Parts: sequence; structure tokens; C-alpha cells
Amino acid sequence: MKSLPAAWQAGALSAVKNIIMKTELDLNTLLYWYEQMWTIRYFEDNAIGSFRKGLFTGSTHPCIGQEAIAVGAGAALRETDQVLATYRGHGHAIAKKLDVKRLMAELLCKETGCSGGRGGSMHLCDVSKGFWGTNAVVAAHIPIAGGVALSNKLKKNGRVTAVFFGDGSTCEGAFFETLNMAVLWKVPLVLVCENNGFAISVPTHMAIPIENIAQRAQGFGLPGVTVDGNDPVPVYNAVSEAADRARRGEGPTLVECKTTRWERHSAISAGKYENEEEAMKWKKVDPIPRFTKALLEKGATEFQLKELQERAKKVNDEAMEFALKSEYPKPETVGDFVFA
Amino acid sequence: MAEAINEAIRHEMRRDPNIILLGQDIGAYGGTFGVYKGLLDEFGPERVRDGPLCEAATAGFGVGLAISGMPTLVEIEFMDFMTLASDAMCNQAAKMRYFFGGQVRVPMIIRTPIVNRLGLGAQHSQSLEAWLMHVPGLRVIIPSNAFDAKGLMIAAIRDGNPTVFIEHVRLYPNKAPVEEADEPIPLGKLRVSREGKDATIATYSGMVKPCLDAAANLAREGIECEVLDLRTLAPLDCEGICASVRKTGRLVVAHESVKTAGAGAEIAQTAMEGAFDYLQAPILRVASKDLPIPTGKLQDVVFPSAVDVEEAVRKVME
Repeated sequence: MKSLPAAWQAGALSAVKNIIMKTELDLNTLLYWYEQMWTIRYFEDNAIGSFRKGLFTGSTHPCIGQEAIAVGAGAALRETDQVLATYRGHGHAIAKKLDVKRLMAELLCKETGCSGGRGGSMHLCDVSKGFWGTNAVVAAHIPIAGGVALSNKLKKNGRVTAVFFGDGSTCEGAFFETLNMAVLWKVPLVLVCENNGFAISVPTHMAIPIENIAQRAQGFGLPGVTVDGNDPVPVYNAVSEAADRARRGEGPTLVECKTTRWERHSAISAGKYENEEEAMKWKKVDPIPRFTKALLEKGATEFQLKELQERAKKVNDEAMEFALKSEYPKPETVGDFVFA
Repeated sequence: MAEAINEAIRHEMRRDPNIILLGQDIGAYGGTFGVYKGLLDEFGPERVRDGPLCEAATAGFGVGLAISGMPTLVEIEFMDFMTLASDAMCNQAAKMRYFFGGQVRVPMIIRTPIVNRLGLGAQHSQSLEAWLMHVPGLRVIIPSNAFDAKGLMIAAIRDGNPTVFIEHVRLYPNKAPVEEADEPIPLGKLRVSREGKDATIATYSGMVKPCLDAAANLAREGIECEVLDLRTLAPLDCEGICASVRKTGRLVVAHESVKTAGAGAEIAQTAMEGAFDYLQAPILRVASKDLPIPTGKLQDVVFPSAVDVEEAVRKVME
């Protein structure tokens, strides 16, 4: 039986506590992250619930259990930086401050959705917020992010592009080709791998013959670092350093965040997992209670945390209501937006 | 024709400093078949970016640059290698504007040549335009001469949509006077290369010349053919095709790609839907045999010739 990833073995929690205690970040910033993590969690709960109720078809790919990465990395980026993500990218959209109402409306394929109800759960986008969209072909967005980063370099605009992808993506050619080109041309790109242990159902140990995906960076000549992805602080620290490096013109960095995926690959995935019991054990490292504990130790009150959690829920309740009330795009607009 | 395309790109790059070229061997080497001769000297390595051999990432970077407001031309050395760049083009560039509700523009052009009848065999001799026609969201441009190539390249760049610009290695030396002014040719408008009243031959790219030769021979027999050079396959000039068929009552479609599920099938059906009542004979296709393309003398058996076109026209005239 494959054991839990090294990051989650005995002592992981105390290590997390140490990092939080050491951080320079003020409590208000950390409380904002806490609220964002709950906003994402409630959004995903609503996404799954809506799908099961038949409010939209297709599928949805929740990031429950992975919220700390979106929040920590999002905080390390500037408003003008660009983010590209995968279909499991609802969290990244929220961390990039997209309107939760328009996100939920997009899931429900309504015309008020952030992509006009054409994209759905896997194609969220708001260019005005620097969120250049989520993509449904594994790893295909990685070279696109490389191109966006190259445009920053050519325009000398000081922006950094961050691209999020899963462990499965790092087996694709597009990933390897991008690493090579991004280092060669020193583009301001931050590659964030969310290693959640599974590519649909295939566990990483059956797909990737090395312990840490960050090791892949070495052969391509870029720094690679592995962090605990179920704590926003180390993610923030690593992505901040990578973004600084990119902004200094030193090129890309690969940040591997070890994390856990609670739900199946997507809401329609029905197959049996190699080790169902093992997958469930990963709930023990839920980033929210861990972060809650650390915040309480840092001086937050139970009341404060409860209030933030409730606010996150309210935002999502309102988003749900907005989405439900919105109209579907008119049939006669089906041909809009093909060509410019 | 190589020079005409070069001129179009050069002039557009002077006009728009954001245009970037990506590809392999496009710098000092001047492009696989010399289309980019002199561009590195004029625009420098930031804009004429010779890069590593990786079509998937090259095309992906092209999409990224394009959506960031930097129109990008990606050279794919042989059309056969479109398979390696096709996710970026067909799943990303062609659909991105649509699924993001119109928030992005994707001004990206892949330039790629058909390189056939040179004996390079099964992986360097294909004409894959029909695959690309099948993807909504793509422009497919396929000129047959220097004049059209210049005007269509200018049109493609200014159009600012995902485009595959298909050149032809045999046509690169084609000499024809081009517009001095940088005049775009509207997309989706065919050219009537020869007028005639008896039969229509619809063709494009490398088959235009053999079809014109066939028409000249047939004229000696008293058969006057109208030769249509389609110039763009997406959009396809359906009205132009049907107007000619309504006039002649007969249609032969000719292309160098293989017959099954080729562009010819689409063109023929377009005529069926728009000019059926005028047809006096079944539509015929002249195309390559449905085979992998061999090297050596065997390749001559696979590709269609002017004689094949003549035979087809005589058949529809019976």
C-alpha cells in the first residue's frame, strides 16, 4: 500500500505551525486568506450541489482540499499579473478577485456569467482582472502562459504570469517543451504545480517515477521547490520568491505544492480508485482546520473566524441567488464571438 | 510567391511593431524555404524569434502572444507537422474567443507549406487542408500565385483571427506582378482564373496550374472550362462556386490531397445544395489516391495530373 506523501507524515502539522509563527505577515492579511479559503470551499460545495441538482450539465472539477494554494499563490501576485489555470481553477479565479456572482452564473451557463455562459465550469475568464482563463485540455495552457509571459518581457511591463496545473500535466509534452523555452528565453513565468496525488484515478506513483515533481526543474535549468500546499504561508513564500525572481528578469521557477483532492476528479467521475480508503485519509490534512488552529495561536478569536466564515457563506448564497435568477443566453446569440 | 509573402509580412511588421515571428530556422536561415529572407536583419531577434524544435510549445507561445495583443506568425516547416501544433491551433486558438465570451482576440497565423512531388515520402508530402476546414473558428487560406499570396497575407494579418496560411513549395518560385500598394484581398472570394461556359473546374493551390493547362487543351477540342481558384477554403465562397455551376451546369473539383473526406467533397456538396437544378452531369473529383505517399517514381501514380483533369471534364461533358 502506498503511504501518504512525505509532506503529510508525522510532524507535518507542527512544521506548519512553526512556519506560521515565523511569518512576518500581519494577522489581518492572514484573516483575509482565511475568508478566501472559505469562499472557495463554499463555492465548490455549491458547484457540486448545483450539478447534482441538475442546474447545469457537463461536469465540474472541485478544488476542495486545495484552497490554500490558490489563496497563498494569489496573495503573492500583483493585481496586474496574469493567471492561467486548469478546469480545476475555480479557486484561482476567486483568489484573482473575480466576481463570485458571475463565476457561479458561468457555471450555470447564464448570460451574466464571466464568459457569457459559453464556457461553463471549465472556461472561466475575466481579462479585466488579469485572469486569462481556465483551460480544459491538460497542460495546453502552459505554453500559452509562456507566450503571455513572453509578451510581458517584450513589452517590459513588469508583469508576471502564473500558471497553475496538476501533477498529471507534468507528464505532458507541452509542459516539458514550455520549461525548455521559458528558461531559454527567460520569460517571467511562475509555474505552480498542484500535486494532489491523482491524475483522474491514476496515483502519482504509477505515473511519475520521482519523489518530487520539482526535481524535474533541474534538468531544464530552472529552480524547483516543493512546499506544503495545504498551508497558504509556504505557498505564499515560494510564489513570492518566484515572482520576484521573474520580475528581476531571471526567468521561470517551478513551485510544487503537495496537496490533497477530496472529491473525485470531477462530478461525473464514477470509476473505482486504486485505494479509496487511502484517498479518504487525506481529509486529515484539510487546510482549513490547520489554518484555523494556527490563526488562533497567533491571536485570532473564535468570534472573528466565525464571522469571516459566515461572510464567505453569504457571498456564495448571494452568488447562487444571482446565478439562479439570471437568464440563459438567447439562442440567436449562439454564433457570437467566433471571430473578432 | 515566397518574395510576395515576404513583402506582405515585412510591410505589416513595419506598420505594426507588435507583430512577432516564431518558428525554427526562421532567423539567419530565412525560414525553411526562404520566405523570411532578410527579416531578421530588419527586425532583429526579439521579433524574429528562432527557437527550439517544439511545434506544440511554439504554437502555444504563439497563442499566448496573440491574446496579449502581439499578432504572431508561427512557421510550421512542413504541413505534415501540423499534427504537432494542432492542439494549440484547433483546441485553443480556434475556440478561445468563443468560450471566453469574446474577451480575447487571437491574431495568430500558422504559415505552413505543402511540400509534395519532391520524393520526400509519406511524412513530408501531405495536403491536410481538409482537417483544418473542419474546425470552426479557423480561417484556411491557400493561395496559388504571388499576387494572391501577398494580398491574402495582408488580409489575414489585418483580419486578426486564427488562420492557417497554406503555401506550396512548388509555387514559391511563381512570379507574378503584385500590387505595389499593400492591398488586402477579401477572404472568402474566389478568383475566376479562366472564364468558360461548358464546365466548371473548382480548384486551389498546386492544382490551379494543371487545371489551367487542362482547360487550354480542352479548349482546342471546343470545350470551354471555367477555372475557379478558391483561394480560401474557410470561409468558402459558396455563392461563387454555385454561380459558376449555374452557368456551366457541370463541375469537376480538383485537389492534391487524398480523395476521401477531402475539401472536394465539401465543395461538391456545396454545389449540390446551391445549384442542383442546373447540374447536367454528376460532379466528379480529381484527387490523390487514398494512400500514404510513396517516394520515387511511385509518387507519380498517386498525385493527380492535368491529364486526369481533362479526362474528368470529358466525362462530365458526355
